[in-house]
Amino acid sequence: MAQVILFNVTNGLIIGAFYVLMALGLSLILNLSNVINFAHGNFLALGGYLAFALSPTLGYWGALLVSPLLVGLIGVAVERLMVRRIYNRDPVYSLLLTFGLAFVMQDAARYIWGPNGLPLGLPAVLAQPISADLFFITWYRIFMVTVVIVSVAGLFAFLRYTRIGLRIRAGTLDLETVATLGINVRHLRTFNFAVGCFLAGLSGVLAAGQIGLNPNMGDDLLVPSFIAIIVGGVGSLIGTLFGGLLIGMAAALTTVFYPAASEAVIYAILMAVLLIRPRGLIGEEGMLS
Amino acid sequence: MSTAIIAAPERRAADRHPLVLIAIWAALLTVPFWLPFLGGYTALAGRVLVFGLAAMGLNMLLGFTGVLSFGHAAYFGLGAYGAGLTLRYVVHSTPLAMLAGTLLGGLAGTLFGLLIVRRRGVYFAMCTIAFGQLWYYLAYSWNGFTGGFDGLRDFHREPIGIGPFTLDITQGGATFYYFLLAIFAIAVALMGLILRAPFGRTLVAIRENERRARFLGIPVEQHIWLSFSISCFFTALAGTLYALLNNFADPMTLHYSLSGYFVVMTVIGGMRTFWGPLLGAAVFVMLQDYISSMTVNWMSFIGVIFILVVLFFPRGLLGTRRRPAAG
Repeated sequence: MAQVILFNVTNGLIIGAFYVLMALGLSLILNLSNVINFAHGNFLALGGYLAFALSPTLGYWGALLVSPLLVGLIGVAVERLMVRRIYNRDPVYSLLLTFGLAFVMQDAARYIWGPNGLPLGLPAVLAQPISADLFFITWYRIFMVTVVIVSVAGLFAFLRYTRIGLRIRAGTLDLETVATLGINVRHLRTFNFAVGCFLAGLSGVLAAGQIGLNPNMGDDLLVPSFIAIIVGGVGSLIGTLFGGLLIGMAAALTTVFYPAASEAVIYAILMAVLLIRPRGLIGEEGMLS
Repeated sequence: MSTAIIAAPERRAADRHPLVLIAIWAALLTVPFWLPFLGGYTALAGRVLVFGLAAMGLNMLLGFTGVLSFGHAAYFGLGAYGAGLTLRYVVHSTPLAMLAGTLLGGLAGTLFGLLIVRRRGVYFAMCTIAFGQLWYYLAYSWNGFTGGFDGLRDFHREPIGIGPFTLDITQGGATFYYFLLAIFAIAVALMGLILRAPFGRTLVAIRENERRARFLGIPVEQHIWLSFSISCFFTALAGTLYALLNNFADPMTLHYSLSGYFVVMTVIGGMRTFWGPLLGAAVFVMLQDYISSMTVNWMSFIGVIFILVVLFFPRGLLGTRRRPAAG
């Protein structure tokens, strides 16, 4: 029993880590640009597939570094060509646009790499279990969680201590004032969108090593990431972090006792939060309306 | 009291012209006669009516109240499952199945609306998406009851007894189409009455300037909640018709993709017009039918349509014509 619980706790940590990485990217874009990126799960898949395509030449480690950067660059192009045009319009347009983009990206992945699952090869050292007793914990799982922790810490440090990070945080609160102070808000939003896509791409490479690749691998993460954002509190990245971990752990622990309800528990948390604490666990008053 | 009235002239100028109305109804009434010549089939026209009604229901909220729901498939799907489950497990009666499905979807929307009326904009939309997906997972995983991934089968629409007469809608074709059209007409008339009533004008006032509406003493949250609920009832009714049309309810009727389709239908037709969503549904259903018969990569085409509509055609078919009169 202890092993079963430990197994599911590590599972919860990993699922939660993916929710966090997805949701943080979504949250960044949402906070600064007021756009829900429906295609975020497809940027995740893109990251995985690019790593698959690059790893024969660059090796796994090279692909792990380069693929998310490429996804970020593609994010720049998408933002410049399309998303930018709808910033000042009714939110319905940003949803429709990214929704259409999600369809195109998913179909493109299916067209290029085929509809069936593909494996992403891992270096031998990562594929080993850490010990005979804990055979279900491979080094790869530890590695994934470490990468997520490092990148989340990196993101927060970046937002906290760099000039651009400061501008992004300020823009989240009041973009007009930031623009009035002479900061190029257009570039700021492009960069911010790219960072969000980079995080999605990174989670894609990591997820591909665990569950393999398929064209809609990001879809199942998308709605839970929305829920993580709502539960944590819209407008708060720390909230998103806790929201993602909370629902990941809750889903995994429910699996131990009643597997059928593991999805349902996420929605139960969502409804409880909306009912009891509508602004989210860490959200600020007024951010939601 | 000018707030409630500002939108009236622009709306009348668009699609409330008597000739336009006559044209719409004449076209709808004669569909079984001319559609086959265009290569269509009557079930396709039925689908246009059903999706049109769902999108018009959504548009009450989106176009006339200015509140974005991206989760209306949930209520559509609940309507479909409500009708299907009733026919399969409870009673072999088409009207009762429609009633049950409409109540199921409508009441679910009414309850959920209470939780989210204070949200606005993308946050409201995000909540509707998240909550909508709950029903998808429920239908997907409750295998024994709902048929799971394969959908709910083993039910079919029943003949309707009206006094001494029996309306046999069990066959497809013209009879069932006219049955759908009759329900559609009743629902749309009701919707028109609601939107023309002071309540409907108040919704437009909220859309145009929420703060001002609030200052005028309008209980904004209560109106948005009512608008959301009524809109869910209409969409759920459309969902029950969809179950009857196909004798089938599948989890994809609950999926957020369908919510996206409803929104894009509304936008293609013209968000702030009464008939726009029906026109948008006709365009979308025809395109989807055509494209998916031509290529397996229909998703790309649908996605490109979404993007093109947003970037180059945001006001929709009826909306663009209205623009000069709006100023």
